[in-house]
Amino acid sequence: MFEIFGIPSQALFGQLLLGLINGSFYALLSLGLAVIFGMLNIINFAHGAQYMMGAFAAYLLLQHAGIGYWEALVVAPIVVGATGVLVERLLLKHLRKLDPLYGLLLTFGLAIVIEGLFRNSYGSSGLPYQVPESLRGGHNLGFMFLPNYRAWVIVLSLAVCLATWFAIERTRLGSYLRAATENPVLVRAFGINVPRMVTLTYGFGVGLAALAGVMAAPIYNVSPQMGSDLIIVVFAVVVIGGMGSIMGAILTGFTLGIVEGLTKVFFPEASNTVIFVIMAIVLLIRPAGFFGRTA
Amino acid sequence: MSDTRALLSVSELEAWYGESHILHGVTFDVRPGEVVTLLGRNGVGKTTTLKAIMGIIEKRTGSVRFEGKELIELPSDAIARRGIAFCPEERGIFASLDVKENLLLPLQVRPGGLDLDRIFELFPNLRERLGSQGTKLSGGEQQMLAIGRILRTGARLLLLDEPTEGLAPVIIEQIGRTIGTLKAQGFTILLVEQNFRFAATVADRYYVMEHGHVVDHFAAAELEANTEKLHDYLGV
Repeated sequence: MFEIFGIPSQALFGQLLLGLINGSFYALLSLGLAVIFGMLNIINFAHGAQYMMGAFAAYLLLQHAGIGYWEALVVAPIVVGATGVLVERLLLKHLRKLDPLYGLLLTFGLAIVIEGLFRNSYGSSGLPYQVPESLRGGHNLGFMFLPNYRAWVIVLSLAVCLATWFAIERTRLGSYLRAATENPVLVRAFGINVPRMVTLTYGFGVGLAALAGVMAAPIYNVSPQMGSDLIIVVFAVVVIGGMGSIMGAILTGFTLGIVEGLTKVFFPEASNTVIFVIMAIVLLIRPAGFFGRTA
Repeated sequence: MSDTRALLSVSELEAWYGESHILHGVTFDVRPGEVVTLLGRNGVGKTTTLKAIMGIIEKRTGSVRFEGKELIELPSDAIARRGIAFCPEERGIFASLDVKENLLLPLQVRPGGLDLDRIFELFPNLRERLGSQGTKLSGGEQQMLAIGRILRTGARLLLLDEPTEGLAPVIIEQIGRTIGTLKAQGFTILLVEQNFRFAATVADRYYVMEHGHVVDHFAAAELEANTEKLHDYLGV
């Protein structure tokens, strides 16, 4: 045991770890929001509800089909992503030519409806979801104790974020996506089925939220309001990072998680508000956010 | 005027931008291997005609037949896949893509498009700039990229909207030579031009537009005889 700035190392690194965990979820969720915003120009207010659906999908798969965590990591995002595809095809598609505000209102309404439906069926107290057997326990690193599952969440989140960044910024398919973000009309006139790409992009962004939900299930309880608690902070993260930059969303997510964790150590009273304070300052100094493109 | 030999025949084409009615029944045709130019003052509907053919303007009626098949009901991606490629007036180079990605963006719709080496023979500058961000190129290079990328697709009909606008004379010459080369290779080109002197160096036939209609039509050989009339149409 040693001290840094008069703080015991256990407390410092413990909060740093917690910050990284939160940052992992901020990054995954704001990444999905950025991808959806880029392509659909819609701020997806249902993102928190879709994250919650991911956690519930994992829970229900286990309860009713005996499908465990590892399978759920793949199945839940696909299932919830498919509901996203339906939402885009049946609802959002019709708003494409209207002001983006309509999309925001629609997804906001959807979030409330989805949350209400789940609360009706499962109550609001929260349901337990076990850490998978192979990830129980942890390691003593000397300066702190590192639970295996938390380490896994950080690694997986980083890997998924970087893979998504690579797919968008460095591949052929990603170049279609970037081009369609800039000028969908021309990309379509080049023979590419842009409406289908928009649908799949929304499904993918929703799938990312659901993946975060599955990862969160063993850490937090599975509850209908788990998404709305988190999403407010994620929107602040997005405002700080700036819409429209993939790497920006990832970096801002992790950084703000860490900032929040460190604030808990040094000035606990501010830990719930620090992100919003940063948001206010960023809005004053750089309204487009750190990585945002000004229109 | 419907010609059975036509590759593209446009008849009674009407088109709207929102509420404003821009094309009031445009009729003309383009035969295989021709370079046809639409002439006319600003705002008479030349660009709109290209965009309506391409399906970029969705509110349109009339008939656009390509290789004998009707296109008027199709969305623009389906029209592109039939074998028509469009090079917009604003060039449409993507800032978030590098030059190579810009070149590879348009879908290959048919076999027989030019490969990258052939495109670099036409536009050697592009080879040097492959890794550059698309919009970092000079205006001339951007125009070359905008034309070059649609040559890969295998489309046999190219719609070029004001390819010389805002470019230096030496680059305009290069683009003129390129159009000549493409024509020799069997491409069919529908060109919109304000620059009549440029059009005169490349076109086989001309259609003159006014107020959303085609009002006149003549072949390259009749150009001399029609110079005075043209000056009236174009206000030069």
